[in-house]
Amino acid sequence: MNASLKNYINQYSDSSPLILFRIGFGVLMCYSLIRFWLKGWIETLYVNPSFHFSYYGFEWVKPIDEYTYLIFILCFISSFFVAIGYRYKLSIILFFLSFTYIEMMDKTTYLNHYYFISILSFIMIFLPANVGYSLDSFFNKKYYLKIPRWNIDIIKILIAIVYLYSGVAKMNSDWLFQAMPLKIWLTSKYDLPIIGESLMQKNWVHYFMSWGGMIYDLTIPFLLIEKRTRILGFALVVFFHVFTAVLFPIGMFPYIMIFSSLIFFNQRFHKKTLKYLEQLLISIKPNLDLEKTKIINNSKTKFEKIKLSVVTVFLIVQLLFPLRYFLYPGELFWHEQGYRFSWRVMLMDKVGYTTFKIKEKRSGDTFMVNNENFLTPFQEKQMSFQPDFILEFAHYLGDKFSDEFNEVEVYAESFVALNGRPSQRFIDPEVNLYAEVESFKNKTWVLPLNDEIKGF
Amino acid sequence: MKKNKIYLLIFIFLGTFFIACEDSKEDQIEQSFDRSLVLLNWSDNIITPSYQAFQEKLNILKASVDKFKADVTQQNLDLVRSEWVNAYKSWQHVEMFNIGKAEEIYYSSKMNVYPANISRIKSNIDSEQYNLGNANNNSAQGFPALDYLLYGGISDGSKVIDRFLSQDGNKYLSYLENCVNKMISLTKTVVDDWKANKGSFVSSTENTATSSINMLTNDFIYYYEKGFRANKLGIPAGIFSSKTIPENIEGYYNGKISKVLALEALNAVHDFFVGKSFDNSKTNESFKYILKSLDTKKGEENLGEVIESKLLEAKLKVEGLDENFANQINSDKVKFLETYDAIQKVVVLLKVDMLQALNINVDYTDADGD
Repeated sequence: MNASLKNYINQYSDSSPLILFRIGFGVLMCYSLIRFWLKGWIETLYVNPSFHFSYYGFEWVKPIDEYTYLIFILCFISSFFVAIGYRYKLSIILFFLSFTYIEMMDKTTYLNHYYFISILSFIMIFLPANVGYSLDSFFNKKYYLKIPRWNIDIIKILIAIVYLYSGVAKMNSDWLFQAMPLKIWLTSKYDLPIIGESLMQKNWVHYFMSWGGMIYDLTIPFLLIEKRTRILGFALVVFFHVFTAVLFPIGMFPYIMIFSSLIFFNQRFHKKTLKYLEQLLISIKPNLDLEKTKIINNSKTKFEKIKLSVVTVFLIVQLLFPLRYFLYPGELFWHEQGYRFSWRVMLMDKVGYTTFKIKEKRSGDTFMVNNENFLTPFQEKQMSFQPDFILEFAHYLGDKFSDEFNEVEVYAESFVALNGRPSQRFIDPEVNLYAEVESFKNKTWVLPLNDEIKGF
Repeated sequence: MKKNKIYLLIFIFLGTFFIACEDSKEDQIEQSFDRSLVLLNWSDNIITPSYQAFQEKLNILKASVDKFKADVTQQNLDLVRSEWVNAYKSWQHVEMFNIGKAEEIYYSSKMNVYPANISRIKSNIDSEQYNLGNANNNSAQGFPALDYLLYGGISDGSKVIDRFLSQDGNKYLSYLENCVNKMISLTKTVVDDWKANKGSFVSSTENTATSSINMLTNDFIYYYEKGFRANKLGIPAGIFSSKTIPENIEGYYNGKISKVLALEALNAVHDFFVGKSFDNSKTNESFKYILKSLDTKKGEENLGEVIESKLLEAKLKVEGLDENFANQINSDKVKFLETYDAIQKVVVLLKVDMLQALNINVDYTDADGD
């Protein structure tokens, strides 16, 4: 091992940033889950639909009817335990598993920030985030002041990856030279007070926000890392995310990103905040005796090496995985092979219309399927422009009608418009999708886009 | 010093960027346009007069039924029939407005679900115990029920008038009357509510799930796709089934009216799209105007122009069909399917191209995006 790397790995830093991160993460997750439940989404997105779109290889991950609520309860309890630091290891593992299970039940609801939470919680399994200000530490009567430095840096790296990759993804001709899809989205915000009918309609605003968004994504990690620009960086983070929260229905994402970027601040800030929280706790429960805790300088476990290698491998995968789209020919935005799990955020406005024709093989009789009979409007919308959804649904229909008829073929009538382009045929109407199988191979039955988008 | 230089560079970069943008781009869409004009046009020049005309036609139908009831003659039956046709044509102009009360009380499901449920109608007439407000009776009332009562379902060679003159005649007459009365009362509920809420309709221009402009846009497209395309042509042509179902055409028992009604509906769709007033006197703001203001292109042409011309192409195709769609399906299905395809082309343009340009969601699923 190279000496400076070895040196780095042996460095220690204050544990308070990680502790505060744990508390905030747990609280935010609790809130997110309650919000999700109260909005009735567990029912409308998972319990009610009769059919669910699965991830390739994870077809077994499905909602379990009414019991789906139990998964959410498990997820909530584990995030609460993470927040208070009770049986942290077990809790964060359960959180990671339940949260990821929820996200994989139906890919209709895929969101980049859900994925971010999944990988963040995975990494947190390997971090000693309960060394202080936690029930674990309270009961063990041990408080570790120092933790390995990489324990904190790894979170910063994950955040930096999100920003940098989404910044690079914006470096394409649609985003930069057509201001698409922001032009469509901002123009339609004509109903905002004051800026709606004025700024939101201006061409230069669309371009300014497109370029600004790209430059923002590419620079924010550096502004946050560098001490002298950190305040500016954080101010930008807050402004940018609050602004997008006002403009777009993106739920908890802005708040998660604002909170996460606090990890870049120095230990003084975190210590102060933790002390403040402690005072708050004492003011509520004055006889709480926190002094018994034995202060220990360094936390070190015997699994340090294993942890490090798992995290390193995971990091390499994270860096490479978004690049897998290079392996597919054609336009990524069009065929979407390698689009998800790659920090491509708000890059496309895609509208589709896809219906299916069932052909009875023996008689040659054909008929069209009414998607509404099988899909929710949300599922139908997502299915209409994503090839893997189309294939999966075609197979579902094929299976369904095979029961009724002898042998059937399934064909798609599909039209899609991308980033303001005129609609064009999306799926080869001559290809029997029921005979095509899902795989990581290139989907040749997706017709090419009649245009070129340059860049990443 | 070094830091200053960096700031200076950023400043110059942003500065030139703004200037470059202001210079090079013609801000075509800077001409912000007024969506309330669209709503005002829809409300005052299309929806209100359409409802008004329909209400008048229903009242005339009612008068003819009263006359027929008082004096059951072939001549009076013919009068009811022709007023039914007039009202049915007028209905084609209002079915698409599935907003407010109309949506709430399932107005169109009670007015025009076909094929009519004949056995239900018969048992209702037989028992004289029925509640037309019951959802199970949706397909036993409205225009399709009248179609059956006035024209058909007689297999023994006798005439329709004989049914009204038979010993059960009074039961048939009262069912006819009750259906018409129900249509009038439903329509009154809808129109009264419309009149009361017109003001808030016109001012609701936001881009939200519940704004009138978005709801009516969705209704319009939904009507074109389902009410017009699927119900009038697709289902009878067997597009959604392995065999054709010619008996599922609109006005099946009349047997001569399916094309007339389809053309009327297509005219209503066209006029609504381009913003032509109900009395054909003027053309004001509607989708065509919005697409023009947004400068949405489809190839070289504006999308609004393309949709309009495709609608006219579809109309030409419909005009070329047999007056009775059932005959057309049985004799030359290919021609019928070609017409369907012409209509279908507009579905894609409306649902994909136009909705993308308007950035209106088809579904408004309440969920987060990213």
